[in-house]
Amino acid sequence: MTEGAKRAPIEPLWEVFVRSRRGLSHVHVGSLHAPDATMALRNARDVYTRRQEGVSIWVVPATDITASSPDEKDEFFDPAADKVYRHPTFYQVPEGVEHL
Amino acid sequence: MLGVMDSFQATIDADGRIEPRDAMPEGYRKTLIRQIAQHAHSEIIGMQPEGNWISRAPSLRRKAILMAKVQDEAGHGLYLYAAAETLGVDRADLLDLLHAGKQKYSSIFNYPTLTWADIGAIGWLVDGAAIVNQVPLCRCSYGPYARAMVRVCKEESFHQRQGFEILHTLCNGTPAQKEMAQDALNRWWWPSLMMFGPPDASSTHSEQSMAWGIKRHSNDELRQRFVDMTVPQADVLGIRVPDDELTYDEATGRYSFTQPDFAELYEVVKGNGPCNQERLAHRVKAHEDGAWVREAAAAYAEKQAKKMQGSAA
Ligand SMILES: [Fe+2]
Ligand SMILES: [Fe+2]
Repeated sequence: MTEGAKRAPIEPLWEVFVRSRRGLSHVHVGSLHAPDATMALRNARDVYTRRQEGVSIWVVPATDITASSPDEKDEFFDPAADKVYRHPTFYQVPEGVEHL
Repeated sequence: MLGVMDSFQATIDADGRIEPRDAMPEGYRKTLIRQIAQHAHSEIIGMQPEGNWISRAPSLRRKAILMAKVQDEAGHGLYLYAAAETLGVDRADLLDLLHAGKQKYSSIFNYPTLTWADIGAIGWLVDGAAIVNQVPLCRCSYGPYARAMVRVCKEESFHQRQGFEILHTLCNGTPAQKEMAQDALNRWWWPSLMMFGPPDASSTHSEQSMAWGIKRHSNDELRQRFVDMTVPQADVLGIRVPDDELTYDEATGRYSFTQPDFAELYEVVKGNGPCNQERLAHRVKAHEDGAWVREAAAAYAEKQAKKMQGSAA
């Protein structure tokens, strides 16, 4: 077994997003390895849209995604926790009032 | 304040999902890596027994269907390797472990496909058993694995139907064709029952996996479900499940059946099945023969990236 056969350079990881039909946004469906963006798109088509699951695909290098950290999720999302008045259900509507 | 492991346990207790960057016990991570890798390896090794018949499929229709099915299995492998990678391992390392015989794949693929009816039996029984195993995994506590399983299960139902259709056609053909279908059922029945793993009493990983929400039903429960589902289908085909003790219990609505020979399962797992060496050798050869493609693609990508840099500067 040659070294090359054993371990070709590791291909970058791409995250794949698919728009299932017009009018809907792209949704994350999974990931794959590919040497470049063109191959990533082709592979994504073959792997994630074999049954017409999509009309448009985005591929994004996984390393380019900045994510919030699960460890600090409480503090990070805290500002929204005590603002129930942002929801319509917070308000009392007098009996008989319609279209409000 | 809650410790990180408390929040893991609280999520599990609430039947929530664990996601890749959450804190998790080392044992949970290791169990998942082992299971998902083994599952991924099974998908791609499983392409071989069926790939064996693509060039000999009896019609263009059957050939197109079989190619689509085998291609699906490659896709299943990819979803699963991707799910394993979210746990911090590299697909390339997992493939090395498979090629070195250090990680397993499902023993069912170490049996040969001798006739065209075997392709029917694989779709009907092997994909059928896989569905029974995989449907509960759609609710597995690890998010990426569960999501991969949802995709896989959607695709599996065509696999099972095309297999059943192959056998149904043979069973309504000449006596020799029906005999071929019966012979395939005789050979694939017992290995299919083994796909659910050892009996509960001697299953090593089961209890912890159940507690972690990775496994939802015991091996014996799933095996029973498979038998209950499959025997009436054999009746429709008009072929006989090769079990003299098979009886239907009116009261429970379930079949009682003979357990497979688990000593045979352990032998095949150990590497002594009819096709173990052939399957692994073929996989390693395919991987080595494909090396130049991966190298060329990498070289091209590097050249393009340099060009881009050059034009940006
Ligand atoms: Fe599959
Ligand atoms: Fe399948």
